[in-house]
Amino acid sequence: MIEVKNLTRYYGDKCAINNVSFRVEKGEVLGLLGPNAAGKTTTMRILTCYMPPTSGDAWVAGYNIWDAPMEVKKRIGYLPENPPLYFDLRVSEYLNFVAQIKGVPNNRIQSQVDSAIERAGLTKVASQVIGSLSKGYKQRVGLAQALLNDPDVLILDEPTVGLDPRQIIEIRQLIKNLGGDHTVILSTHILPEVEMTCQRVVIINEGQVVAQDTPENLTRRLRGTERILLELDGDTRTVEQILERFPQITRREVEKLSSNGHVRYALEVSEDIRNQLARAVVESGVNLYELRSEAYSLEDIFLHLTTKEEEAVA
Amino acid sequence: MKKMLAIYQKELKHFFYSPIAYIVIAAFTVLAGIFFYLYLSSFVEAAFMDMIRSQQFRTPPQKFNINLQLIRPYFWNLALISLFVLPLVTMRLYSEEKKLGTVELLYTTPISVSHIVLGKFLAGLTFYLVMLVPTVVFQALLFVYGNPELGPVLSGYLGLILLGSAFIAGGLFISSLTENQIIAAIGGFGLALLLWVIGWAASFSGPGLAKVLNYLSVINHFEDFAQGVIDSQHIAFYVLLSAVGIYLTFKSLEAIRWRA
Repeated sequence: MIEVKNLTRYYGDKCAINNVSFRVEKGEVLGLLGPNAAGKTTTMRILTCYMPPTSGDAWVAGYNIWDAPMEVKKRIGYLPENPPLYFDLRVSEYLNFVAQIKGVPNNRIQSQVDSAIERAGLTKVASQVIGSLSKGYKQRVGLAQALLNDPDVLILDEPTVGLDPRQIIEIRQLIKNLGGDHTVILSTHILPEVEMTCQRVVIINEGQVVAQDTPENLTRRLRGTERILLELDGDTRTVEQILERFPQITRREVEKLSSNGHVRYALEVSEDIRNQLARAVVESGVNLYELRSEAYSLEDIFLHLTTKEEEAVA
Repeated sequence: MKKMLAIYQKELKHFFYSPIAYIVIAAFTVLAGIFFYLYLSSFVEAAFMDMIRSQQFRTPPQKFNINLQLIRPYFWNLALISLFVLPLVTMRLYSEEKKLGTVELLYTTPISVSHIVLGKFLAGLTFYLVMLVPTVVFQALLFVYGNPELGPVLSGYLGLILLGSAFIAGGLFISSLTENQIIAAIGGFGLALLLWVIGWAASFSGPGLAKVLNYLSVINHFEDFAQGVIDSQHIAFYVLLSAVGIYLTFKSLEAIRWRA
């Protein structure tokens, strides 16, 4: 549905994005993840034909951004970082206007506006002036605008910014539901958002794609160095001896739990040795209370990938 | 076409939802009213004095031409007030979109740049027409109490509208260059004033250049309209000037996208 090939964009001689490539399949929800100023907004602006890339190519909904920008624009809904609102218009007036410039046929405008109002949860404020709404509601009006005309592709730049926790959950649910019928790209720097809503993640840092995969695969990939948590009660020396027997353990941290006097080990291992470890511990007569492998969260991966980059630069 | 209409309607809403519109209309009406009153009273006074004189000296009264002595200078004044007021009308036409970030909406929806520009230009022109309505009432009073010629009044309005459309196109262009309304207003006024006074420089320059400068002066082309003469050459001048303004706005909008 969306194909991005070697996009590069310079602002003057400052490089905003460099050789960005990725694909989004139909019905997928893709998360564009990165710290601030990583190039997320630039990428989205290029995909929406707001501005052209310095070099590179992209296809959105089957149309090339260079050859057929109008066709691309007909098939997208875009929520920019700052929702593009006219503060002196009423919500319904504004949505009517957007529907008109999006080319919605006259006889469908009313139904489209109504359904967008309903989906974005704006029924109560539909006749209010936009300027008088709270930030959360303004954000929703921006979202409603993007939903008009049922676009094939939705491009949402930080859609949950400025919302309260309950609204965030609602919006995330809405985005999740939109996937399937619509192809969605959303950018964020909030990791749980990606884990909750996206089927695939592209991590961008300093204008470059540093990783792209499903959230699960990304976590698994870091499991090259898997973590095992081990809670024991017994002679520390015996335990140390057991652990020495495993060359797969690359790093270990010990922590004495004050609550019950148990010892907790956090082990980084190069392969899964849980079964051997369990047997060795039990055979040695040490009490085993807990043994589990710990998955890295997306947060760890993100930090891992983005800090590694910084170190390389420094 | 439908999309252009949407932009046009939206702009008119912006005008009439904001207090600026009413302040501008009020200011224009008050100024136009004061000038009308002054011209009318001096005209009436002159006519009255002449009547007394003719009775005293038993001479036939002079011919007082209301078109020549009142309506013609009055149109010239309306043009001058328009020069000051129109930049306030055009200042927010485009700069506001930049400030609010709504350009991002306009540029990512399937609407062509020319529709945006024309919609906004026509909205500005419509607002100007609304502004002129009270002056029509003033002039109608002359027809109630006197018998001026209708032709010069109509041609005067035609001239005003053409002149206004040139100012609006220029102001729209300036507005497309900045996101600051104040700068847009000052720039629009500066541009309009420059086009107004450019003819003055003609007397200090060589014959070749003087011709060019005189041609460029917006007010030189207005004279004939105020006198009741409709010359296609002058119509062409204003239409051309408006077209240049609209074209420059179009180019400026296109350029913004490539620079952004």
